[in-house]
Parts: sequence; structure tokens; C-alpha cells
Amino acid sequence: MSKTNLLDRRAVVASLLKDRKGMVAVGGLGASTNDMAAAGDHDRNFYLWGGMGGAVMMGLGLALAQPDVPVVVITGDGEMLMGMGSLASVGMQKPGNLSIVVLDNERYGETGGQISHTSAAADLVGVAKACGIADSRAITTMAEVEALVPKLHDLKSGPRFANVKIDGANIERILPTRDGTYIVNRIRNSLGFAPL
Amino acid sequence: MHARTDTSEQQTAAWPDEIYAVLQRFDVRQVPYVPDAGHSKLIERVLASDTMRGIPLTTEEEGVALVAGAWAGGQRCALLMQSSGVGNCINMFSLIPLFRLPFFTIVTMRGEWGEFNHWQVPMGSTTQAVFELSGIRVMRAHNAAEVREVVEAGAAQAYNACTPTAVLLSQRLIGAKVFVK
Repeated sequence: MSKTNLLDRRAVVASLLKDRKGMVAVGGLGASTNDMAAAGDHDRNFYLWGGMGGAVMMGLGLALAQPDVPVVVITGDGEMLMGMGSLASVGMQKPGNLSIVVLDNERYGETGGQISHTSAAADLVGVAKACGIADSRAITTMAEVEALVPKLHDLKSGPRFANVKIDGANIERILPTRDGTYIVNRIRNSLGFAPL
Repeated sequence: MHARTDTSEQQTAAWPDEIYAVLQRFDVRQVPYVPDAGHSKLIERVLASDTMRGIPLTTEEEGVALVAGAWAGGQRCALLMQSSGVGNCINMFSLIPLFRLPFFTIVTMRGEWGEFNHWQVPMGSTTQAVFELSGIRVMRAHNAAEVREVVEAGAAQAYNACTPTAVLLSQRLIGAKVFVK
């Protein structure tokens, strides 16, 4: 099923999170959150194990609360399709520090590899652009990924959206912590907020 | 949604201003909403505010996810919606216990008092039960005079005691819309 020349998801995410400094990364339900764990655990990794369709809105709430911190949402095509309206909500708020990166393998990898709408019909870059996210790009090469990385740290030029075509092969799961309260409080602590 | 008529009572009522003052006192910074006529005056206040950001949503569950992100980033939210929108949130309500969020929502009720549109009745009838099944405490303001103290008590419980809370504003208090005789 895998096509040639598609990018390796782990290499893409490792590149996005390299030298991340204070960046907060939200990982959408499924393989994306595992990819973040594979790149190395971090106090500012917001791992999601559920809440499908909510990753972009979590990124939006965080980006608005912390305008001086770069926030990147890394999610899959299925998770993004479920929360497509949230791109319109981002387009209304236009937080300069928010980036959304979709790892698009055109399928629901966690549930048996069933095809998703991006395989034949849905153009997520077109959707993002039409929702008012002017910097919306389709990425098919590692050079384009590398060119995106410094932009993620630019707090003024967002929001931005990138759809990265990746290989659909199932790879080893690297599981991060599943304790939601721990995950959220660890991020809060790293941002300087004391426990209740 | 619930159509707005400018002559409606809540446009001159004081309780939307009282809710705004409570949210301000509790340092609420993000106010996600799907519009409802019953919330229209409060939404206007929020959108004109220097300290709060009104955030229009395409569907109510977006607001629950936004609360999680804002809380991770150190800010409090209050989600404004109408009873029909509560049903849209059900799966996303899972985030509230999982992240232990200080979740607070104010819901305008439909389908319970002089309703002319029966399409509002099914969800209006189950709003309270949906919240309770989802682990969210429900409080209700039946009339204008008690709005301030119910919202204040609910906000204190949600933000200070980290106890997820919904305040329902009765349709009787907002006023039923009648488009047919």
C-alpha cells in the first residue's frame, strides 16, 4: 500500500522538534503522539490519547494564553478531518505563534489502515487556506520540512498550516505517558504555574 | 441557535452585566462561544472587553478542547452555549476528568418553558442529565434575581475547587421566542 518517495513520519517529527527551545508541541490522538515520544520526551509535550478532533483547539487555547511561546500541533489526517471546523476558529483568531502540521498518510493507521478522505477527495491545504490561514503549504520533501522549522519559532507570522505527505507503513509504537493530569500539570509547571 | 429580537427583555436586563462582572472577578481570559440570543448581550460585553477574548466556535466541542489548551497555558475559560450544543460536546467532555480541568460553562436553556419549536425539546430535556452523566455538576438560575449569586457560586466551585460546573439559565428567565401564534 505504501507509495514511493513518501516521507518517514519519525524523521519529519524529529526535524520539527529539533532544537525546539521553549516550544510546546501538541500531539494528536494516534501515531502522531507516538512520533513525538519517539523524538524524545519533553516537559512541553502535550500527548493526546483521545479527544479526537480537538488537537487544533487545544493548540489554539495554549497559543492564545502564551503568545510568547511557539506552539505546534502535530496530528494526523483523520484527527484533522474530525476537527476541520477548528481551522475556521483559528482563522478568526490568527495567533502568530501557532503552527499546525498534519502528517497525512491518507488512512486511519490505528484502526487497520482504512482510507481517509484525503486519499481521494479532501484537500486540507485548500481548507486551511480557505479558512483564513494564509500560510498553508503542501510538503512532500525533507527540504521543505527543514525550511518550515525556523518558521515554527517565528511568533509573528502565524498561524501557519502544513500538510506533509508521509509513508503509511505501520512502525513500532513508542508510547508516552497516558496520565492526562500529569501531562497538563507538567506543561503548566514548565510555564511557571504552581499546582492548585 | 435561538434568534435574537432587539426588543427582548434580556437586552435591557441587568443579569448579563452581572455575569460579565463575575467572570472578570474570577480572571477569566478566554470566552469560547456558539452564539445564542440569550447570551447575546454577554457576548457583546466580552467582545468589547480589554481583558477577555471572545472566541467564536464552529461547534461547541471545540470549546471544551480550547479550555484544555488554555488551562495548560495558565488561563481560565468560560464556555457559553445553548442547551442543544451540550449534546455536541459529549465525547470531548472526557478531557475534563482526564486533565482535571477547572471547567465552567453557562448554558441558556431551550425546550422547557413556552417553547414553540419542538426541535429544541429533545436536547433541552436531557441537558442536565448529559452533564451529570459526564461528571459535571449542574446549578440553575430560575429567575433574573438569582443569576448573579448562582453564577458566582458556580464559578467559585469550578475555578477554586476545580469542580466542573454548568450553570443553566432557565428559558423562563430568558423569555421564550414566539414566531408563530
